[in-house]
Amino acid sequence: MSIIESARAATVTRTDAGIIDCDIHPLPKHSKSLYPYLARRWQDHSEQFGTHLRQPFINTTQYPRTAPLICRRDAWPPAGGPPGSDLAFMQQQHLDPFHVLKAILIPLFGNVASERNQDFARALATAHNDWQVAEWLDRDDRLRASLVVTQDDPVAAVKEIERCARDGRFVQVMLAPRSSEPLGRQRYWPIYEAAQAHNLPLGIHSYGIGGHASSGGGWPSFYMEEHYATTMGGPAVMSSMVMEGVFEKFPALRVVLVEIGFAWVPSFVWRLDRLWERMKGEVPHLTRAPSDYVLKHFWYTTQPMEEPARPEQLRRCFDWLGWDRLLFSTDYPHWDQDDPSYAFKMKLTPAERKQICRGNAENLYRF
Amino acid sequence: MLRQADSFPKVDCDLHLTLPTTGELLPFLDAYWHEQVTSRGIDRLELTGDIANMPAAVRPDWRGPVNLEMVQARALDAFDTDIAICNCLYGAQAVYNADLAAALCSAMNDWLVGNWLSKDDRLRASIIVPWQQPELAAKEIERRAPDRRFVQVLLMVMGDAPLGKRSMWPIYAAAEGHGLPIGVHAGSTYRFAPWTNGWPSFHIEDQAAQSVGFQTQLLSMITEGVFKEFPKLRVVLTESGVTWLPSFLWRIDKLWRGLRMEVPWIKRPPSEIVAEHVRVTMQPFDGPADPQIVREMIEQIGKEMMLFSTDFPHWNFEQAEFAPQGFDADLMNRLRTENPLKTYPRLQEK
Amino acid sequence: MPKERVGLVSEIPPGSNKVVMLRGREIAVFNVGGDFYALLNRCPHEGAKLSRGIIVGLPESEIPGCYRLSRPGEILRCPWHGWEFDLRTGKSHCDPQGLFTRQYQTSVEQETSASGTCGDGGLTAETFPVTVEKTVVFVEL
Repeated sequence: MSIIESARAATVTRTDAGIIDCDIHPLPKHSKSLYPYLARRWQDHSEQFGTHLRQPFINTTQYPRTAPLICRRDAWPPAGGPPGSDLAFMQQQHLDPFHVLKAILIPLFGNVASERNQDFARALATAHNDWQVAEWLDRDDRLRASLVVTQDDPVAAVKEIERCARDGRFVQVMLAPRSSEPLGRQRYWPIYEAAQAHNLPLGIHSYGIGGHASSGGGWPSFYMEEHYATTMGGPAVMSSMVMEGVFEKFPALRVVLVEIGFAWVPSFVWRLDRLWERMKGEVPHLTRAPSDYVLKHFWYTTQPMEEPARPEQLRRCFDWLGWDRLLFSTDYPHWDQDDPSYAFKMKLTPAERKQICRGNAENLYRF
Repeated sequence: MLRQADSFPKVDCDLHLTLPTTGELLPFLDAYWHEQVTSRGIDRLELTGDIANMPAAVRPDWRGPVNLEMVQARALDAFDTDIAICNCLYGAQAVYNADLAAALCSAMNDWLVGNWLSKDDRLRASIIVPWQQPELAAKEIERRAPDRRFVQVLLMVMGDAPLGKRSMWPIYAAAEGHGLPIGVHAGSTYRFAPWTNGWPSFHIEDQAAQSVGFQTQLLSMITEGVFKEFPKLRVVLTESGVTWLPSFLWRIDKLWRGLRMEVPWIKRPPSEIVAEHVRVTMQPFDGPADPQIVREMIEQIGKEMMLFSTDFPHWNFEQAEFAPQGFDADLMNRLRTENPLKTYPRLQEK
Repeated sequence: MPKERVGLVSEIPPGSNKVVMLRGREIAVFNVGGDFYALLNRCPHEGAKLSRGIIVGLPESEIPGCYRLSRPGEILRCPWHGWEFDLRTGKSHCDPQGLFTRQYQTSVEQETSASGTCGDGGLTAETFPVTVEKTVVFVEL
């Protein structure tokens, strides 16, 4: 069978039960799109000074991506604006054809989590949330939002959570894993307290410009390396949250690792358990093995899907992670997105497909 | 003289010798450095993150000063080891002054020869190099390579710059030229935070970060074209944890398909490059208790990929039970003999 | 094999492509320097429409740090994950044996047709039959 034939064999028709997409990225149409949600003082600041990040470039990333705006080339709306900025086009190209029942917005563009000017960051956070409501949630009731907060200012972050949590369409608190400090550290705990109190999971999407090198060995040369390094923000968060005792303190807290991979998890959890066997004296606040916390508190979105040469190894990976932990996501409209029909390179039973593409998200987010 | 080597020697690819103080190096320093070290009190270069310095991580019956008798009895005789590759992690590789580093590294290599290699012909060693300045490191390799008891060049996994960077290439050129594998050992000089999100609170988190360090640094060597430029070079990832390897290879093979244009000198899937050029020592093995899953992981990793190591004196196993559940006898024989002999050509020399 | 009409050569200038539905299949016909290649318009990886990709050359290198671009205009990068396909064969660059998109035979033929006669509808004048010579691309399914 040629590859094209076998891909067709794996296709599920698009009129199946419908999917929940746990990661899509809206963009504003232009640089002033957030102005209606920003006080005049901050509109002026935005124009006079702009953002202030821990990187050399004002308007682009340190590691050039392989496609403009990191997006798939066919997602530029015909009516204009960047990919992800036109709801009508998103509905036509993505939400409708894939029978998306719910889609969770993750707005990355403002780099709010990494903005060095904390006053500006507070204004931006509020503006992002108001923009999501007015221009997205209110216009398509399939959409849900991620609560943007100033993670380096937990007091303000808690206020913003209190403000937005009243709108039940905010389904998670969004944090950047590439933070100023590892996310398990106690300075962030007020955010977790508020999230837990409002029954909101944390949505930790791979991004952020925390000022630390991409890896413990320094700054790599190539985007290919940087892409991998951003995935390693996943174990960074997991290690810190587990070892700091976040889940002892917040036993109801749920954490979704978004676009940060999942195949690294089994080996990493075995490593944490092994280290804890010897070094548990350093972290006496942990009452259980790290693997216990991970199995209870972490979920993973599926994009980018892994493609081992032997697909049965992916199935084993799912076994070790837990089939109830996987949340289907496309990452529309980014270049490395997954198409729901073709994403899984192994056979899934209809029940398995429904669980990953819908059921797990319904349970986690209480849809 | 090397003892007549056994045709089927049992090899331990990672045995740690610790330097108690810089004072041990004084006999091997020239007048200038001797006075610098003594007058300034340049001492206590034990490394953060070297778990030999963490009593909890050292097996109780292996604690205490590491001297020849202790190593012979507990690390060699106890495991019936015929050849052991000694790795010394003292902080010469972490000082910022490259000249001081070069002096200390050279003294460490002299110390290894004088106090260890000459005293028991089962011992071999990795050359310690001042990788802070790769040209000086290459000089040290040239100096030591004629002594066939040096079988590897030792680097740590996280240093001044990603391991693949062209600035590091003088080290690889010298090593390849002498048929010496590069041993990349767990450890960091802490030029950068251990994690991409900063400095964690606990040592256990720094230790957790090591396996990720191996992934990003191996990827650096691959993408920068180290194995293209040095086609005979071999790399041994030492004390890495091992089981991260299969999913790492899935991901970088996939990345290569879409991002090949950035690194067009990579003409085949990165997993093939790794299978050809890279090996991993087996201890510690980040595996589950279930031996069936361990067997699955071994199959995913590949039996030819692993090399036996005790990682002495780190506490990875009890008594002489150095094979985790799931590692059968045939596999252990292969890891102890066949794989190390293929990886380290000098081990086969008489 | 029946030949399906794609369109005039002039509709598909070099570097561009035309997408047609032929007997239930979406096919993209590319003009690569005057030669026509027809591919099933679906990336074998995850189904993206190859017609929306970009046409580039092939980056090659024998030495890390030295780059050259060969085969300009002959390589398609999928609009999603950017995997490279040889437009002349439909095969992926990274795994030509295992990953490829279906290719169809094309041909270019002259097609003549009668155009209308000239005349102004008023006075009858001598008329001449006019034929138009058109160059047309066909795909064989």
